Amino acid sequence: MSITAKDVEHVANLARLTLTDEEKEQFTGQLNAILKYAEKLNGLDTTGVEPTSHVLPMSNVMREDAPRSSLPIEKVLRNAPEAEDDQFKVPAVLE
Amino acid sequence: MSLFNLRLSEVHDRLHHKDLSVRELVEASAARIAETDGKIGAFLALNEEGALAQASAMDASGAAERGLLYGLPAGIKDNIVTEGLRTTCASRFLANYDPIYDATVVEKLKTAQSVTMGKLNMDEFAMGGSNENSAYQLTRNPWDTDRVPGGSSGGSAASVAAGQVYFSLGSDTGGSIRQPAAYCGIVGLKPTYGLVSRYGLVAFASSLDQIGPLTKNVEDSAYVLQAIAGHDKRDTTSANVEIPDYTASLTGDIKGLRIGVAKEYLGEGIDPQVKARVMEALKTFESLGAVWEEVSLPHTDYAIATYYLLASSEASSNLARFDGVRYGVRAEDPANLLDLYKRSRSEGFGPEVKRRIMLGTYALSSGYYDAYYKKAQQVRTLIKRDFDQAFERFDLIVGPTAPTTAFRIGEQVGDPLTMYLNDICTIPVSLAGVPAISVPCGLADGLPVGLQIIGKPFDESTVLRAAHAFEGMTEFHKLRPAL
Repeated sequence: MSITAKDVEHVANLARLTLTDEEKEQFTGQLNAILKYAEKLNGLDTTGVEPTSHVLPMSNVMREDAPRSSLPIEKVLRNAPEAEDDQFKVPAVLE
Repeated sequence: MSLFNLRLSEVHDRLHHKDLSVRELVEASAARIAETDGKIGAFLALNEEGALAQASAMDASGAAERGLLYGLPAGIKDNIVTEGLRTTCASRFLANYDPIYDATVVEKLKTAQSVTMGKLNMDEFAMGGSNENSAYQLTRNPWDTDRVPGGSSGGSAASVAAGQVYFSLGSDTGGSIRQPAAYCGIVGLKPTYGLVSRYGLVAFASSLDQIGPLTKNVEDSAYVLQAIAGHDKRDTTSANVEIPDYTASLTGDIKGLRIGVAKEYLGEGIDPQVKARVMEALKTFESLGAVWEEVSLPHTDYAIATYYLLASSEASSNLARFDGVRYGVRAEDPANLLDLYKRSRSEGFGPEVKRRIMLGTYALSSGYYDAYYKKAQQVRTLIKRDFDQAFERFDLIVGPTAPTTAFRIGEQVGDPLTMYLNDICTIPVSLAGVPAISVPCGLADGLPVGLQIIGKPFDESTVLRAAHAFEGMTEFHKLRPAL
């Protein structure tokens, strides 16, 4: 499997990145090299091997659904690039 | 002699007898930072005023009950959030980020009463092994300022090695505490996954990330681990296990301990001098009554490919939060919301971060998930089994921490794959989630070599006991760079 510049563009869009032409060319080469290296995994038979997403033998950590106080609004908005009326502000979403 | 060469118990004795004040300790740290950081570049942000005020207050109140790390100047890696102290992850994206809460480990350090001197440089979002991926500055190895300190916790390692702070905290995803500790000639411990809370650690690869101490000796490592370990309700991957008394495990007695020497970590690509130092270390273990034999971890060769697929996939998901809406640097005059996301991210992230987001997004994308991500998770199971099987026969596994000593700045830039191969001895350990420490085991051409001691899950006590016994028989941990 080999990645083309077009694939790189597609993946960049999925990742919400805009790449320069230079970056596109560089990443096409580098990602191909890394993925070619990763192909060595195909040499291993993993039929019936359970995937490990996590090393700890735990799942579904539960807690009481009890109300707790939340952060004060001025703290929440302290790092906001833009805020208005106690809300994060973004460009218009609907045309 | 630097105050920071004193043992922790000696520092506390002096504080107790008023031969020394916390203010003197903090002033000594600040003076050393001022003297050396122009050359080393370890700090991204300083908390000098806050630290001095805290020190004076501590001296004035003369606390009857002293915390475990009372008065000790500390540095914190810049991906661990600190309220009131800028936290950038060495990324332009977070150039102006002022956290609104403390990470659990930072709260725990406050309880233990250490004094935070500032935030330490790293590879951007902890992606890298040289600190060359910091958006802000190079950190240089105190042993040879033309060389890298390692990474990603390079600032944390260099700062301790240069005697700027008494200890530091780093984070380790694929070797990011152990490898810089090895390159800088200090002690670095990656605890078992889940032992230390990740709450407030900016996530890179959530199934691998773990916070740990960088110190000058093993005893200090045990003290700092004692202070930061423990279950945390705010981190659902935090393990609910009993925390033993780590310093009590430092008995010096390792008679009869069974050590497996990882064959694959001493094979092709390992510098002969690094291998020689490790073989000498085995003689030291022998002299202490431990027994060793070779053990095979047969899937080692697959670890790097597995790691880069899994860690990058997790990173691509974790770093989706950096969208320029709630925090971070937003691109100017966005045309619309999509433009805001894309340009904020593209302007804010450096090349290595983009590369890994791209790799991870590709590995998770429709049509490739089974071939890459799922396959890598299956191989991770095989790698973990290697360790499970070895630990049926051995108490510990040892090998080098890194295949070489610190490389020259610029030497491996532009060749990401070669850079990734530096992590061959640390990555399998991270994938298995087990604890490991790097301790100094000598020099090769004047540069430090690290010995890696790997333990069973949650058996930090045996790891520390063996490391401490080894240290007791050697002088390597006392070697300091000239600077």
